[in-house]
Amino acid sequence: MKPFTYHRASTLTDRPAGATIIAGGTNLLDLMKHEVMTPKALVDITALDLNRIEAHGDGLRIGALVRNSDLAADPVIRRDYPLLSRALLAGASGQLRNMATTGGNLMQRTRCPYFYDTRMPCNKREPGSGCAAIGGVNRNHAILGASPACIATYPGDMAVALRALDAEVEIESPAPRQVPLSEFYRLPADTPDVETVMRPGEIITAVLLPAPAGGQQRYRKVRDRASYAFALVSVAAIIGMENNRIAHAALAFGGVAAKPWRDPGAEALLIGQEPSDTLFGRAADLILQSAGGYGGNDFKIPLLRRTLIATLRDATGMEATA
Amino acid sequence: MTRHLKVDAPIPDSPLDHMAQGVLGKPVSRLEGPLKVTGRATYAAEARPEGLLYGVLVQAAIPAGKVLSIGDAPGAMVVIHDPRLIRYAAQGMATEGPTAGPDEVEYMGQAIAVVVAEALEAAQAAAQALQVTYEAKDVPVDPEAVEPERPEDKQSATGDLDRAMQDASHTLDQIWHTPSHTAAAMEPHAATAEWSGDTLTVRAGYQMLATSREQLADAVGIKPDQVRLLAPYVGGGFGSKLGINADSVAAAIAAQQLGRPVQVVMTRQQVFDLAHRRSETRQRIRLACDTQGKLTGIGHEALVSNLPGVSFSEPVTQATPFTYQAAHRQIVHAIARVHRSCAGSVRAPGEAVGATVFECAMDELAETAGIDPVELRLRNIPDTEPCTGRPFSSHKLAEALREGAARFNWSDRRPTGQRREGDWYIGMGVASAVRVNSLIESRARVTLQADGRAIVETDMTDIGTGSYTILGQIAAETLGLAVDRVEVRLGDSDFPPASGSGGSFGAASSGTSVYLACAEIRSQIAALIGCDEADLTLQNGQVRTGNVSRPLDALLTGELTGDGHLEPGKTEDTVRQATWGSHWAEIAVNRWTGEVRVRRMLGVFACGRVLNEKTARSQCLGGMTFGLGMALTEAMAHDPRDGHIVTRDLAEYHIPCHADVPPLEVHFLTESDTYVGPLHAKGLGELGICGAGAAILNAIHNACGVRVRELPATPDKIIAGLQS
Ligand SMILES: Cc1cc2nc3c(=O)[nH]c(=O)nc-3n(C[C@H](O)[C@H](O)[C@H](O)COP(=O)(O)OP(=O)(O)OC[C@H]3O[C@@H](n4cnc5c(N)ncnc54)[C@H](O)[C@@H]3O)c2cc1C
Ligand code: SF4
Repeated sequence: MKPFTYHRASTLTDRPAGATIIAGGTNLLDLMKHEVMTPKALVDITALDLNRIEAHGDGLRIGALVRNSDLAADPVIRRDYPLLSRALLAGASGQLRNMATTGGNLMQRTRCPYFYDTRMPCNKREPGSGCAAIGGVNRNHAILGASPACIATYPGDMAVALRALDAEVEIESPAPRQVPLSEFYRLPADTPDVETVMRPGEIITAVLLPAPAGGQQRYRKVRDRASYAFALVSVAAIIGMENNRIAHAALAFGGVAAKPWRDPGAEALLIGQEPSDTLFGRAADLILQSAGGYGGNDFKIPLLRRTLIATLRDATGMEATA
Repeated sequence: MTRHLKVDAPIPDSPLDHMAQGVLGKPVSRLEGPLKVTGRATYAAEARPEGLLYGVLVQAAIPAGKVLSIGDAPGAMVVIHDPRLIRYAAQGMATEGPTAGPDEVEYMGQAIAVVVAEALEAAQAAAQALQVTYEAKDVPVDPEAVEPERPEDKQSATGDLDRAMQDASHTLDQIWHTPSHTAAAMEPHAATAEWSGDTLTVRAGYQMLATSREQLADAVGIKPDQVRLLAPYVGGGFGSKLGINADSVAAAIAAQQLGRPVQVVMTRQQVFDLAHRRSETRQRIRLACDTQGKLTGIGHEALVSNLPGVSFSEPVTQATPFTYQAAHRQIVHAIARVHRSCAGSVRAPGEAVGATVFECAMDELAETAGIDPVELRLRNIPDTEPCTGRPFSSHKLAEALREGAARFNWSDRRPTGQRREGDWYIGMGVASAVRVNSLIESRARVTLQADGRAIVETDMTDIGTGSYTILGQIAAETLGLAVDRVEVRLGDSDFPPASGSGGSFGAASSGTSVYLACAEIRSQIAALIGCDEADLTLQNGQVRTGNVSRPLDALLTGELTGDGHLEPGKTEDTVRQATWGSHWAEIAVNRWTGEVRVRRMLGVFACGRVLNEKTARSQCLGGMTFGLGMALTEAMAHDPRDGHIVTRDLAEYHIPCHADVPPLEVHFLTESDTYVGPLHAKGLGELGICGAGAAILNAIHNACGVRVRELPATPDKIIAGLQS
């Protein structure tokens, strides 16, 4: 770890220029130990008053410092946004969720093993050095939206639920601005080191949830062990049914791209239709139209398809029969 | 006085069966448990001697070649690039330090230097900033892309397997792959070294002190009696601490050079790179049987890998020659020399992967032949060891299979793919458990103090297995004392050298030496009271013979000392010694996602006398969990270009987590093996893993019809076989 200065902020603006924010530290500390990130200055924001969940119009405003475990256990979240609660509980471990914050969770870096290994070339860590994952071990890499510069995924679960919930990120810039989650993350293109629309000096102050979406809400995460592993693929689904037809659908996917993936075309295809495996398969095919694997992660294409079908069967109340 | 025993003949009547205390075998809780759960048991990395310096290992960033130069490390006291640094960890029981010379890099991650500073953070930062230049060399890293060695003494054949395959009613010929595994002990390798004059004391995580001491002395260039090793508490080994590693050598050299104590603790990533890995394996199994399921041919061909010049090669086929009967047999063992990290003993070397794959093959043959898998195994159990004709020391496979089938309700198993609950296919699987058994020379000293308390001293280790407790129980039983009147001192190379912990030989070997030391004291007590040792009853601190009964402390005028010395003898050769058991699993496979969930597992084991029901059970639970990991989650991925370990932390290398492990049931068969010394106890630590994964893999097939032959059975492997 490189030496750094440490400042504990007492107000939102009490942040030294150029200082990197540390919240729960569950990701940043590891990155600093490996010298993947080498901030010269840290500003600890955990003393700020950003840990409330409060009403906001018809929806909710979740402070950036609300801990993942508190958010998942919040009675209003559990009642009105069960998708969010489930996604949070599918992530990391109890101990990590106790430390991890809402803002930090959104900003967590990829788990590409080459990104963490400073011996290896990595365009995200060191722009222009190359991408070791291409031609390497890439079991957990992206099948959608990747570029020849980087095939890493955004690894988190919470943001996948937030994407399906049409959440917005509130940023202090210093004037507050709100960015829909759909626009918050950036695909790698030629600059995989730029992961979000956050600009230097900005801080996430909250996540805004619109009015409850209702319907059936599912978060289905498939991983290499039963708990405490990042998603191979995950599906966040909100499905509203009327007269045995799909009236509302919001679907977001994790573990497949550098951002929570969403495909309006696939949702439109479902609307007004009776649930069936064929219909769900067509939706999956549409989403996966542009998908491509890199060897180790080829399986994610059929796995995403199957997981989507299973999740939609469940959310639409289809019988679990052959 | 030393009581010596060489186990040349069976001992039909165990003296332990005639003791009166009644504590042996009881589920006594770990003697050191309270110290551990309250943080008072200090591990190697927690030592804080006066003036301690911190060393951080520097690792090679090329797969092979030469180190040309190593730069300065500002912020650190010194960069030590000493030719004595070892290239890789020593193999268990080796008596020399492994090849020295950090200038020759043989694998990515090899330790090439150590940076020392006053603070750990300063040493880490300096190590990371260090500039190293290399002359890199192109080397092979893929075991299947090189022409392997086939050492003559590792091949064997009887009869004509090809013929047997042609003539058989049913055959099986398939190839399996298992990936590299790591031990993943909780405690990372760590050493704290201190010199006093020309005597070196190292506190570290070791499994076997006596040989590690010789290795370290050899590496550092001093005599073994100038080295004292301390390993009172070891946070798991599973093979990874059998021999010395870079931490010990680096700490010793740095402390010598700087004249102050030095501590070197490996990071988790370094443990992955520098602890021995279990070699990946490629295994081809051929089986032939007649219409009745009687095996006529058995072929087991293994390809494993290691670095050039390293003698260890994963003994994949170790149990194949004696597990099942067949007239025509062939064993092939090939070793690919590649530049992945050094391979060595990890969690039941040999059977863990060999028996697991073989038991999968038996399941496939059972299906082909249309015979129940339990029945197929029962029909092929040999009466004597095939090939040699030696008798078995004891043999409980048939009983383990029958008992397990009853306990697990095996009769509820349905044909493949016939049981569904919602989106989950349910299946059941079985496998035999088998592990070779051995004793290792072992010594112990027991002192009976005048107050009637006993002290056991031996350099045996307790790596989380329960050695403190069972050795205390053996002494308590033999001397007729309550367990809390026995103090057990372990993990100090100044104590008499024991077997150490490894290969499941620790409990029986060091346990016997403790028994012998106590037996020697019994004879001294008998002399004091004036009777034959055989007529002596010791119980609760009372000495009885005939109608005479006296308190032990009243009889003693001073302390009594007994030394015990066990040596393995002729029974190693006259009989085939092994432990046996059976594994059972019921699992669910998600028909969409291919996720596998284990619903229940049962292990039935025969290991001779059970010395402590509780610690024995814990050993089996751990083994079965390893089996689960092998079947479903664990894989060390090597980079295809330079061989380095890509999954090198516990977030990426998936050992099973709690949610993966259902309630596990363990049942011990009553057994006493007369060929393994007076205790009648055999090894147990590793039996729980040998075959456990096969029960799960076989259950997967029973559930959904998919055979996974590339371990582990992660969702991608399952969906590849499922119909859409
Ligand atoms: C072993 C392991 C397993 C895990 N498994 C999962 C999993 O399965 N699913 C999952 O979703 N996550 C998983 N995680 C990741 C975990 O959720 C994140 O580490 C955590 O959410 C980060 O939150 P934090 O508050 O600790 O962030 P920190 O580590 O403090 O910060 C992370 C990043 O966010 C930035 N940041 C923090 N707060 C703000 C803010 N308010 N404004 C702007 N930038 C900010 C920091 O500068 C830093 O770059 C796992 C982590 C570990 C270590
Ligand atoms: S995938 Fe991205 S993060 Fe991973 S090595 Fe390539 S550039 Fe780096």
